[in-house]
Amino acid sequence: MARAPDALDRRIEAFALPLGALAVGLAVFALFLMMVGKSPAEFYGLVFKAGFGTAFSWENTLARAAPLLLAALCVAIPARLGLVVIGGEGAIVLGGVAAGAFGMHVTGLGSTLGILGMAVSAICVGGLWIGMVGALRYKRGVNETISSLLLAYIAIALMNHLVEGPLRDPASLNKPSTAPLEAAYRIGDIPGWDIHWGLVIGILACIFSFVLIERTTWGFSARIVGGNIRAAQIQGLPVGWLMAGFCALAGGFAGLAGMIEVSAVHGSANGSLAGGYGYTGILIAFLARHNMLAIIPVAVLLAGFEASSGLIQRRMDLPDATILVLQGIVFISILISETFTGRLNLSRLWRS
Amino acid sequence: MTGTKAIGVETLHMTKRFGDFTALDDVSIKVAPGSFHALLGENGAGKSTLVKCMMGFYQPTSGQMLVDDREAEIRNPREAHASGLGMVYQHFTLVPSLTAAENLVIAREDTPSVIDWKKERERLQAFLETMPFGVALDQPVNRLSAGEKQKLELLKQLYLGRRFLILDEPTSVLTPSEADELLGMVRDLTRAGALTCLMISHKFREVTAFADAVSVLRRGAHVGGGRVSELSHADMAAMMIGDKTLTRSAARSGQRGDVVLSLEGISAADRSGLKTIDVESLRVAAGEVVGIAGVSGNGQMELMEVLTGQRPVSRGSVSVKSVTFRGTRRQARDLKVRFLPEEPLQNACAGRMSVAENLAFRSFDLKDKANMNGKATRTWLDRAAMRRLAVNLVDAFKVKTASIESPIASLSGGNVQRAVLARELSDEVDLLIIANPCFGLDFSAVADIRARIMAARNAGAAVLLISEDLDEILELSDRVLVMSEGRIAYETPIATLDVGELGRHMAGHA
Repeated sequence: MARAPDALDRRIEAFALPLGALAVGLAVFALFLMMVGKSPAEFYGLVFKAGFGTAFSWENTLARAAPLLLAALCVAIPARLGLVVIGGEGAIVLGGVAAGAFGMHVTGLGSTLGILGMAVSAICVGGLWIGMVGALRYKRGVNETISSLLLAYIAIALMNHLVEGPLRDPASLNKPSTAPLEAAYRIGDIPGWDIHWGLVIGILACIFSFVLIERTTWGFSARIVGGNIRAAQIQGLPVGWLMAGFCALAGGFAGLAGMIEVSAVHGSANGSLAGGYGYTGILIAFLARHNMLAIIPVAVLLAGFEASSGLIQRRMDLPDATILVLQGIVFISILISETFTGRLNLSRLWRS
Repeated sequence: MTGTKAIGVETLHMTKRFGDFTALDDVSIKVAPGSFHALLGENGAGKSTLVKCMMGFYQPTSGQMLVDDREAEIRNPREAHASGLGMVYQHFTLVPSLTAAENLVIAREDTPSVIDWKKERERLQAFLETMPFGVALDQPVNRLSAGEKQKLELLKQLYLGRRFLILDEPTSVLTPSEADELLGMVRDLTRAGALTCLMISHKFREVTAFADAVSVLRRGAHVGGGRVSELSHADMAAMMIGDKTLTRSAARSGQRGDVVLSLEGISAADRSGLKTIDVESLRVAAGEVVGIAGVSGNGQMELMEVLTGQRPVSRGSVSVKSVTFRGTRRQARDLKVRFLPEEPLQNACAGRMSVAENLAFRSFDLKDKANMNGKATRTWLDRAAMRRLAVNLVDAFKVKTASIESPIASLSGGNVQRAVLARELSDEVDLLIIANPCFGLDFSAVADIRARIMAARNAGAAVLLISEDLDEILELSDRVLVMSEGRIAYETPIATLDVGELGRHMAGHA
């Protein structure tokens, strides 16, 4: 059957809208740079160089992408059920603390079991945290956007309490942390690369989520809920379980991101876990239009931006928050672009 | 202000067309100054269109309007207000957090930027003294009861100098005693010559008790009216419903079988949470269509939600084939229960998903596609089978779509309904529950869809049809029930049905 023009439009739109929004966002940011008297060309040149210019910068970028992939899934999965969950940061920090606590208290398991144990405890804690958001939404009608955001603040406070109190390693003086993980519990690098295995885990999680949402009946049920909750109820689908379950899965991925940070990067759970990955994940998921596979390239792109912030600071004498300004502008531009969905007749434009 | 004497309004040959659809057809109604005039009609009879034309929300396609016997062109609501015309809606237009006094003052068009509250209060007090009833001026509106709010709405219109008021079902949110109080006040004001009132109503009791004159609309045309004192409820019902003939669309066949759906002692809260829906007993047997007639907002939608399991019940049970029904997917499948909710695009489809995906909603998780009523479920989506199913159903049910990959929201209303019917009726059905299946559809789609429902009945399905369209109820039903004020008020087999009697029960008068 010939594909109808509107179906083609939808496909073109899925690429054109986010790309267009990204371009507009970058252009607006260029204006901002000119206003503060800096050269946009130099800025974007430096971003490219620091993020993607050399093998070393690629390694740096890809290592940063690992937690971003999982954090973006924590936004994209609930979004497919029509839920806007923006508190992935909370699940990340609590997942990290759970992994750190596991590593501290359950020692001597060996590498495989130890890492598995940390991962499972992080996934459970993160899953409970965001699963609670989904359940509250269904059972009590609590707005999931607000509740997840507030829960993220609670989670960060809880982490600070735990690493400065009951879980604190007395030896960590300047930066309160859990006890350093034993060497067997650390996730290492991919052989031949200066990138840890977290990247592979993140990519696999994206592929897994894509298959789950697009190719299984569970994912289809979830998409019906996202498409029209009343239609899902009329079809007798277990809407509450789907919401809580998929939110829990999303939170599990965020928890896993926290565990990877602890096991592969920091070596113990501490305040560095609240590094804003959860918030960058929101931007990535929206840029990828909640498509699990599109998250992979978008996360790499955003990781490149973040990787360049140090160089920008040194070379251009701009504060490191500059990248946050850029991210904010791009995000607003993405949100505005969503309002054009279904209103552009791009294929007709193309043919004429 | 426009003076304190009531004004009369008359429409002359007013016609309003929306595309090919004639909502209002050559309507001439005279509302004399100082009268309390009722406007009766079924849903969709053109009452709202008429008053919207009078208030300037719509421009009539042809026809004139006379205000105080002078030709008046009302181009927008502001001009209607300037001529002294006002409207009180079914729902409140007050600001809940402000007091009554504040609501009155801000409603004025000439409110100054800086309000001298002392002076305004004096003016309000002086105004209230001229009124036959008062309200607590310093209470925030959200502390007032529904009756007091509606009184305040009325007072607001009078305060703004409106001397011709249109009341759009003003008592639908009030208790009967509040309604009587409010309408009594309106009547006293009209008798005193301070106000003319045109009231849209469904309730014959209120019309007889309070109005002087009545006009009846049916299908956009003015079909009768006169002095209320000279008309009986039966006369009004006959005018409203007309000489309906029972058009039986499809041949009926098959025998009435065992009871399939049974509701016993159901009680549930309604949408507002203030009233309850009580259904003592409702049974639908295989091979019959039971129609539930009623004016909208009498609990039909809540009943539908109870049946689908979306609305919790405080007592009673719904059973299908003697099994307690909870509306789960598994049960609906095992017991062969199907729902066709009203406005299918909003209630039964995901608009941005494709036609093929929407058509698969009922069967996507079945292992064996050939046997739709099979129990085994699957994990992997069979997208090729979904496409095959969609092609077959689109063909069999004549759904017009550019492609099965198009989003279902891009289809016309009739084709969305055909697609939903295709999904729900494509296999053996034992119980079919339908709400307003043909609302807003064109003639050919209506005939098609009604024939499908009839075919399901003839094949032995028990059908419960909840509809606000009385023609549809009369055409399809074997037994007719009337729902009024959340209760089943009346029941009759179609063979002995008396349309006048039915109309009186629908209007809330036994």
